[in-house]
This record gives sequence, C-alpha cells and structure tokens, in this order.
Amino acid sequence: MIEQETRSEEDLDLPWQVVVHNDPVNLMSYVTMVFQRVFGYPREKAERHMLEVHHKGRSILWSGMRERAELYVQQLHGYLLLATLEKIG
Amino acid sequence: MEICRREDKLEISELDPFLAELLRQIPASANPEGTPTAEQRLFSPPAGPREREICAEWKLYVQPELRRLFRTATETVAADLEQLSGNEKTFANRTLRIPAKHADAWLSALNQARLVIAAKYNFTDGELCDHYRSPIGSRRDLSLFQVNFYGFLQEFILREVSDCPGKNSD
Repeated sequence: MIEQETRSEEDLDLPWQVVVHNDPVNLMSYVTMVFQRVFGYPREKAERHMLEVHHKGRSILWSGMRERAELYVQQLHGYLLLATLEKIG
Repeated sequence: MEICRREDKLEISELDPFLAELLRQIPASANPEGTPTAEQRLFSPPAGPREREICAEWKLYVQPELRRLFRTATETVAADLEQLSGNEKTFANRTLRIPAKHADAWLSALNQARLVIAAKYNFTDGELCDHYRSPIGSRRDLSLFQVNFYGFLQEFILREVSDCPGKNSD
C-alpha cells in the first residue's frame, strides 16, 4: 500500500507532455485559435504547432507537471481536439 | 445566402429553404447517440491505454463535465434557431441573427456536428478536402456538403471572433 502511494507520488512528479493529434475534420484556423486561447500562445507560435500537427500527425504543446497537463488536455477536449497527455521518458 | 456582422450580431440573410433546413439540423446532427464511432470521437481517451488510472478517472469525473459543456452549446444554438421555426414557405429569404456572445456556442455545436457526421460516414481525407464535389446524389454526398457548409460557417465566425477579441465571451 505504502509502495503504491510512493510510486503514485513519484508519477505525479515526473514530467508529462500535452500532445495534440491530427484530425482531418477540425479546421486549421479553429485549431490555431484553440492553441492561442488554451496556452496563450501568440498567433505565429500557435500556427507553427497547428502546422506540425497537420504535417507530422502530432505536436507537443506543453510539458510539465501532471496536474496542469491534465487540465490542458481537459480544455483541449472541451474544444473537441484530439489531445493526450504522455509521460516523458 | 449572405453572411455578415452587424453590430453585436452575426447575420445570415437570404436563406433559402434548403440551407435553412441544414441549419435547423445542427443540434440533431451534433448528437452522437447511437453511433459508437461518433461517441468515441467526441469523448476520446485522455491518454494511452497503459494509463488506466488516468483514463478511468477521466471517464468518471471529466467526461460528464464535457457532456454538459457540449449539451449547453447545442441548446444555445437550438434556441437561436427558433427564429427559423414555422412554415417551410416562410423560410424563403429568412434572416438568422446570432448574438456575438453566442459565437463560442456556435463554434462548438458546428464542430460537434461536423465530427459526428464525419464519424458516422467515415469520410476519407480526400473526400473532406474535396470542396467542389457535385452534384448531391446520395445521402453520403448530402452529409459531406453539410460538413463543408458547417465548416464555412465556422470560418466566418472564427474571422469575426478574431477581428473582435473579447466580444464573444458570455
């Protein structure tokens, strides 16, 4: 039980990344707007990520603590983007 | 059909009965019930299958919140579309006025509808990029037209939202 709890806490401390995956239905302009709103990115940076999603199939939008990563993924799902959080490493 | 912004409203005017009907179908089209692929698309997993705990918690706590968020948006759109209710003949040259503060709800409902329709018909990338497909000869063609028409409306709303930042929030 203690081991499980410790592992869980360690998991929380590991860095996570927020990944957005390509979706042929979502408009490019819409995806750009969502990145600007959710992450506060300037338009150019949001467009770079949008194009990366479009051409490479995925883009890492953010990395850091799990709680915040989960919050970002929740916001992205609220905008109907295909987003996941992944453990780094 | 004409589409423009007038003060704090987005106006879609000179609507013919066909396009008016497509607009009226937005809330129903956004409903994924009965189509597992559409349900899976609207409520996609937040992490890979190895992250069982995250996915289970998500289903329990986040998914109901997302469901509520999506339903609120389609209800707002359905209320705006009441302007188009009535006799079919009265649709000719009708105007739909959307309050600018409802722009986010419209973006969401249009997106839900596009995703649900695309999941239902399993459109290919090629079909989704073919904006000049004609004529409409089947239910599938009509649904593809619907996806593109809703996308056109989204583009217009997005342009208005980005031109007037801050004016779209409730």
